[in-house]
Amino acid sequence: MSTFWSGWIIVLSGLNILACFWLISWTMKRRAGESAQGDVTGHTWDGDLQEYNNPLPRWWLYLFYGTLAFAIVYLILYPGMGNWKGILGWSSHGSQYEGEMARAKAKYDPIYQQYAKVPVAALAAKPEYEEAREMGKRLFLTYCMQCHQSDASGARGFPNLTDNDWLYGGKPEDIVKSIADGRTSIGMPAHAQLGDEKIQKLGQYVLSLSGRATDQGAAEEGKQLFMTVGCAGCHGADAKGNQALGAPNLANNIWLYGGSPKTVEKSIREGRKGIMPAHKKLLGEEKIHLLAAYVKSLSQTQ
Amino acid sequence: MSHEVVEKNVGLLMVLILIVVSIGGLVEIVPLFFMADTTEPAPGVHKYDPLAIEGRDVYVREGCYTCHSQMIRPFRAETERYGHYSVAGEFVYDHPFQWGSKRTGPDLARVGGRYSDDWHFAHLYNPRDVVPESNMPAFTWLFDNKLDGKDTAAKMKALNVVVRATCPKCELYTEEEMKNAQKAVAGKTEAEAVVHYLQGMGTASKQW
Repeated sequence: MSTFWSGWIIVLSGLNILACFWLISWTMKRRAGESAQGDVTGHTWDGDLQEYNNPLPRWWLYLFYGTLAFAIVYLILYPGMGNWKGILGWSSHGSQYEGEMARAKAKYDPIYQQYAKVPVAALAAKPEYEEAREMGKRLFLTYCMQCHQSDASGARGFPNLTDNDWLYGGKPEDIVKSIADGRTSIGMPAHAQLGDEKIQKLGQYVLSLSGRATDQGAAEEGKQLFMTVGCAGCHGADAKGNQALGAPNLANNIWLYGGSPKTVEKSIREGRKGIMPAHKKLLGEEKIHLLAAYVKSLSQTQ
Repeated sequence: MSHEVVEKNVGLLMVLILIVVSIGGLVEIVPLFFMADTTEPAPGVHKYDPLAIEGRDVYVREGCYTCHSQMIRPFRAETERYGHYSVAGEFVYDHPFQWGSKRTGPDLARVGGRYSDDWHFAHLYNPRDVVPESNMPAFTWLFDNKLDGKDTAAKMKALNVVVRATCPKCELYTEEEMKNAQKAVAGKTEAEAVVHYLQGMGTASKQW
């Protein structure tokens, strides 16, 4: 703040406090012709309503002085008078925020560091690391549940993390990478140009892989199409997907966008493109380590 | 001068009242008009593009600010969840600002890039599709309402006036940008506009 504005604030604030002192003494001053304390002032309303000339109640007056004393002490201790920093050296982002962060760091860093040395797989599986998984769960409920749900079972378009079916790999380092750097799907392209008939046949084939086709003939034809129109390029000839591309396994009954014939056809017709945002900057490596352990632990039992 | 004189001269009473009530503003508000912290954009903060202006107006119209704040305070509990605390220079293009005063839902000052566009569309259409615990209303009509962009250029012109008056180093909209504004937004749904606005929020802070 410039010296001028600092001075402006100091002068106005100081004058304001002095003016409060002046105002209270000015209103209490005895004036010529005033009736004696305790007597009526001589003002009469509505015939018989009269006003006494009583002094200010002491409790009120001392409270008023008290607020002024508080203001002066406060402005000496804390920043408020322009560029004056206050003798306590307090500041909202300095001592308050940085101090809070430093205290938390001193308290929690040793815990994070202790677990950072343990591999994710061990944290996810071993009984003695229950606390690490609990921490991971708390983190998950703050940062991840908006898309993956509070029980990690996912939502339409957002993968279930408990089913041991992985789009980008379920190894600890894959999970860490997914959280840290995010995953931007190369995208399933739209295939509307195939026409409704072929799309319907492809849909039946995809459903047949999990034994849910309703039209076996169409599924047979769909299989031929699957190999020739490009599906196999990403999803593989066996339709088991490709984790390097994030192409889902189609040969199980796990559906990211829904497994009804209509939804599968919609995926083929319009394409899909899932995005997991990167979290490295927001969370840091140590929290991601714990999160990965928690996520890994969710599918350990299967 | 006695109390009686002040009480019986309405003009004098008004002048004295004006002096008293203006002290707070003179001390706490006026100096801010002249401080770089509040009158210069924070690093990486840029003016809203036409679609973001329209999205922001939808945000204001739907009253998002009644449940969502856009102000991360310098407390650990907030910065751990949302990211860097808000600074004054982030709001130089916000007229009116959307700080809000109550959080029924989370703060949105750093929501840009936190979720995918798909998530936002699903969530606006029916929040419970992605967050079953949510009590946010569904905003289905945003997907039907289309922008015509008739007023976008006028909004940019109005923003130029207030931004020029409050932020000397800020970017202003050029004639060229105003001319192309309608084309940029016409035909887009309100949902697209509001998601575009949300995805830009706080993105500058990622480089701090």
